[in-house]
Amino acid sequence: MSFQQVSPPLEQDEQPFVCEAPNDMAQPESWVSNIKYLIVGVLFGIVFVKAEIISWFRIQEMFRLQSFHMYGVIGSAVVVGMISVFLIKKFNIKTLSGETVQFHPKKFQRGQIYGGLIFGLGWAITGACPGPLFAQIGSGYMAVIVTLLSAVAGTWAYGYFRDKLPN
Amino acid sequence: MQQFIELIRQPWPWYVAGPLIGLTVPTLLLIGNKSFGISSSLRHICAACFPANISFFKYYWKKEIWNLVFVLGVFFGGMIATNFMENPNAFQLSASTMADLRALGIQDFSGLMPADLFSMEALFSLKGFIFFVLGGFMVGFGTRYAGGCTSGHAIMGLSNLQVPSLIATCCFMVGGFVMTHLLLPFIFKLF
Repeated sequence: MSFQQVSPPLEQDEQPFVCEAPNDMAQPESWVSNIKYLIVGVLFGIVFVKAEIISWFRIQEMFRLQSFHMYGVIGSAVVVGMISVFLIKKFNIKTLSGETVQFHPKKFQRGQIYGGLIFGLGWAITGACPGPLFAQIGSGYMAVIVTLLSAVAGTWAYGYFRDKLPN
Repeated sequence: MQQFIELIRQPWPWYVAGPLIGLTVPTLLLIGNKSFGISSSLRHICAACFPANISFFKYYWKKEIWNLVFVLGVFFGGMIATNFMENPNAFQLSASTMADLRALGIQDFSGLMPADLFSMEALFSLKGFIFFVLGGFMVGFGTRYAGGCTSGHAIMGLSNLQVPSLIATCCFMVGGFVMTHLLLPFIFKLF
């Protein structure tokens, strides 16, 4: 059974979908293939906890410039990501199912500034970006469920007011 | 083997964790042509649960279900690391951060999260409202307004040499500095 066999609703034709983390796989994927993403997610979550990236204290250290740890994590992640993307492009490395890897150039919008600042303010209060929120809840910090629900509400509010915001 | 288990139970240094996180980018691209980005999961949750006829949430979210499966994995990963790979030693925080936070009124430095703030008791107080409800709302609203978070912009976007992502990342940092140095001292005076 695969989702792609179900015909998408009409709205998709009316409004081209611009998801920021898109699924560009052309071939239909079965339910079972989602296990791959589950496994990558699990490993990712383990790294988040073991490197203490989910810690509110580590985020405070970062914004107070009192530890190199978070800068080292993000910096080395970016370097490894850059090299990987460069190699994929340079040698035209294909996906497991033989497709060309799709990259999406991002367009500058004022939202990147306003939204970026708002997220930054929230990041320093909650001590979490969206990824660590999930790992914090998994670690047993049940109060963070409220943070996650509120983040969903914030995303919803953005969708509701999107046309009225400068962008 | 015993030694290896001892080793991975220690906190992982940045030069291990960072490259592993960076490798998520090619892994997702190569196993299924997926661009790395976590905050999109929040949008898919809205699209799946409360689309409310808002055009921003009217899309075929089932095609993006991989992203929700991925964050479910992050949740399980957190659970596994905390319950089966826990650090046997006390949490180490830099002395200067500890002094700064102590001046603000934080007393408990024993866990990854400050128990003074992140407890169920704090949930239904002004503290809880600011640190959970308001903070979470800004994370959700801001990331979508910016078109991504630390993963989509700072890691995926910068890996693909995108200038807008660099601008967004700088704004994330500026927002964080402003909150930490200018606003938090006032917020902590509220309680």
